[in-house]
Amino acid sequence: MVAQYFLLLALLVISGYFFGSLRARSVAGGNFASMHSLPEYHGLYTAALVLAPMLFIFAVGLPSLLKVAEASALGHFPADLRADPLKSSATLRDIMNLASGGHSGAVAPELQDAAKTYSDLMSRGGWLILGLGLSAGLCAISWGVSSVSMSFRARNNFERFVNVALLLAASIAVLTTIGIVSSVMGETYRFFFDPNIKGKPGVFDFLFGTEWNPQAAMRADQGEISTAYGFLPLLTGTLLITCIAIAVAGPLGLFSAIYLAEYASPKVRATAKPILEILAGVPTVVLGFFAALTVAPFVRGWGEYFGLNVASESALAAGLVMGMMIIPFISSLSDDVINSVPQSLRDGAYALGATKSETIKQVILPAALPGIVSAFMLAISRAIGETMIVVMAAGLASNLTFNPLEAVTTITVQIKTILVGDQEFDSAKTLAAFALGFVLFFVTLLLNFIALRVVQKYREQYD
Amino acid sequence: MTDMTANIPTSHVRRLNFASTEAQARVRSRYRTEARFRWYGIAALTVTTVFLVVLVADIVVKGFPAFWQNSVYLDVALPAETVDPKGNRDTAEIRGADYNALARAALAAAIPGIEGRAAKKQLNELLSSGAADNLREEVVANPTLIGTTVKAKLLLSDNADLYLKGDGTSITRYAATRGIATPTATTGEVKVLVSSNDFAEILVSIKRDLELRGGALEREARRLDGNPDAGAHVKELRAEAQGLKDRYSKPSVAETLDARMPTRLIATNGGLIKISAISDSEATGEVLLPLTSTAEAKAGDWQIVTYETPEASRNVNDRMVTFLEKLKAENKVASNFNFAFFTSGDSREPELAGILGALVGSALLLVVTLLICLPIGVMASIYLEEFAVKNWMTDIIEININNLAAVPSIVFGLLGLAVFLNFFGLPRSAPLVGGLVMALLVLPTIIIAARAALKAVPPSIKEAALGVGASKQQAIFHHVLPLAMPGIMTGTIIGMAHALGETAPLLMIGMIAFIVDVPQGFTEAATALPVQIYLWSDLPEPAFQAKTAAAIVVLLVFLFLMNGTAIWLRKRFERRW
Repeated sequence: MVAQYFLLLALLVISGYFFGSLRARSVAGGNFASMHSLPEYHGLYTAALVLAPMLFIFAVGLPSLLKVAEASALGHFPADLRADPLKSSATLRDIMNLASGGHSGAVAPELQDAAKTYSDLMSRGGWLILGLGLSAGLCAISWGVSSVSMSFRARNNFERFVNVALLLAASIAVLTTIGIVSSVMGETYRFFFDPNIKGKPGVFDFLFGTEWNPQAAMRADQGEISTAYGFLPLLTGTLLITCIAIAVAGPLGLFSAIYLAEYASPKVRATAKPILEILAGVPTVVLGFFAALTVAPFVRGWGEYFGLNVASESALAAGLVMGMMIIPFISSLSDDVINSVPQSLRDGAYALGATKSETIKQVILPAALPGIVSAFMLAISRAIGETMIVVMAAGLASNLTFNPLEAVTTITVQIKTILVGDQEFDSAKTLAAFALGFVLFFVTLLLNFIALRVVQKYREQYD
Repeated sequence: MTDMTANIPTSHVRRLNFASTEAQARVRSRYRTEARFRWYGIAALTVTTVFLVVLVADIVVKGFPAFWQNSVYLDVALPAETVDPKGNRDTAEIRGADYNALARAALAAAIPGIEGRAAKKQLNELLSSGAADNLREEVVANPTLIGTTVKAKLLLSDNADLYLKGDGTSITRYAATRGIATPTATTGEVKVLVSSNDFAEILVSIKRDLELRGGALEREARRLDGNPDAGAHVKELRAEAQGLKDRYSKPSVAETLDARMPTRLIATNGGLIKISAISDSEATGEVLLPLTSTAEAKAGDWQIVTYETPEASRNVNDRMVTFLEKLKAENKVASNFNFAFFTSGDSREPELAGILGALVGSALLLVVTLLICLPIGVMASIYLEEFAVKNWMTDIIEININNLAAVPSIVFGLLGLAVFLNFFGLPRSAPLVGGLVMALLVLPTIIIAARAALKAVPPSIKEAALGVGASKQQAIFHHVLPLAMPGIMTGTIIGMAHALGETAPLLMIGMIAFIVDVPQGFTEAATALPVQIYLWSDLPEPAFQAKTAAAIVVLLVFLFLMNGTAIWLRKRFERRW
């Protein structure tokens, strides 16, 4: 149905353009100079007239059709099933499978009926939408064609369409943010305050609890394993790995940037910059593989050599590799900032007899400090939100520790662990992942905001 | 200025003597600091470079062997009564025949005389469960082969493959020169009697092994001594160490061998005996390859063979090593380029697993991402750069785009899960949803790059167009946009490369399922290349490690090509105004 609709849409849009411009040509009769708009614009205007209502019909029609079809298919089942969101969604999946012919095994008669109702409604509704779209498109074409005249301002009208389209495109970013905020915040709100969710913690327990264990006991013989949603071990784990990463990437990135900006010959710059760019482009899943299979055993081996007890999924290994990941981030941002410090400051320092390193330490770095701080902030936010390296190299054990040789877990690892695989959507466990996501979003937003403010507030204006 | 200087009393002027030794030392130390500071920079760059080199080298070294695969070439008989029992040459029936059994029979014929369930089972484990797939296709395509014997290429199992690639044990053999060896039987449990003390050196080295092991136990026990919880364990360790000591302190007493020692074997009379107990001149053991006779072998005619890596520390046991070595010696195994890696989907068997499904999934996903991202990104950037009036709404959009670029990718996964899957009810695991999420993820990148490209076009171009009577949209769409297009394409390709390598959001929307079939459409369940890498890296089989690294090599090649194209575009079309 979807494919047919878009085929029809394309067909009508093209014919709209064709008829509109054809009509304009015949109206003008060769005298284009005295016509307000070129024939192409009449065609484009007609095409736009077709496109807008047809997209609208699709965007409204399909979801409402789905809703109606689902509701009437579920009408074959008793009311208590319909009231239970879990069961009804499972039944719906069966119905859809059956309707698309993918169901195997014996089928209950009511399920059969429901599937029949569903596919009947879907096909009839599909035809209805197609018909609606077709008639709207045809109306639009005839309207567009009939409005062609010598004085009709087709270009201005078409440009108004384009303006709206451009604005809509630009606001997708805002819609995305709204989508993130509403979904994450909505689920987080339910996690804390929805009375129907069993086993949810209080806000205080969440923020200051020292135990994280979203997995409840599955069987009786596993004894008393109760769920706990204490956020602190995840926070300390995340901070520990981030600290290690920044301890690695901070000096390496900053010194690389200083060397590249102040000392390096153009030749060195031309080779070192691409190396950093390549490092920045390495997918994190690759770095995770490297961390888990090469760095972690290496760290463990060295630890044992010195008689230390290192966990096989130590925070140190994950932090080291994550540090490597954010080096290019820090170095490229700092490089830009250092380069933007005006030459006159350097010349002034040299004139006073300062050596190059003294100039850098006492003049350039203080001048570039806001930018460097903001680079570090952004790097921290990147490290906190990084998922694959920690998923592959850090563990699942939620230890409340600051020992880099032990296994810790992070916010992102827990989100991934909870949400991968089948989940029931209304359990406290699933909602907890959204709460963690909210924390993550909020923290990175905050860091980003601080970075922006630091630059705005403390930046020296030299020009 | 001059007035002020004149007013300073002369007593306040510090006179510096630059020739003094202190001053010179000060200068020297300043220059030392300078050199040190410079070296910090060089060191930082070197460390970063070394890390990148190690990373790439490690992955290439790990992954490269996976592009080759070992097969065994055997004469497989295709009797009509098993392949096509009804004799009607029906394709479905021919396809349904048990070719693996035929392959196993051929292998048993190649290594004759293997008795016992365990030995036969281990022999069959050399072959992959998909060993006969090629043979089946060959016979289906050419039914005249039925009833004949064909030379077939049979895929080896993952462990056998790894062994042949060198991930097993080194083997040493030396001819025993002193005595005459006499085996008591040709199969089963065999005793080998030697007329001199040829086994004395082996016995010594076994005792040395035991001594080392005892020492390690003793150290471990001493380390745990202080720990009150480990009391019982320490006692056990000490008892074990004592038992070992009893054995190695008597140098000439016979010893038994276990799986933690290098395997010693006797090669004589065309067969191979694995030693399980040994004394100076006598060895007992199990026959791995049957002997031709019980005749005595003269000094120099029989050999002592050692598999240096203990059986417990390798993936192939002694019997499999023996079989593989025999096949290798008879030139029946060969390594071929692993085309199946690029033409098949995922599998539970490492030797059969391929990345085609993941590649197609990634391609579908990128198509969706590109179709959404490019038009929206270009339109949004045109609006913000050229049309937006400076007001609060534009400010909000701008701040939003900058913030979105910094939002962790996993949060986009949450968005996809909550909005696309649960609210809009789009199918799980589908490239369509993956593409949508990726589009939102890379949209800020593309908008920022496209705006930079638009900004780089000098305003004079637009003004000239406006001057000859173009409308603002005509000026931008006909003149500014084409000039900005190379920059926009560069940004888009870099964004696509980012989308290709991104993993975390795809895990959230369920593109992580084990999917054997190659996806055929945008709404079918699929996986993507980075997710496939993640899935494989989690599997315990060592052969999957190499597969993971090989898949990473493929991913990196694609990323390299994409980024290379972007750089080429930038170089080729970059214009300085």
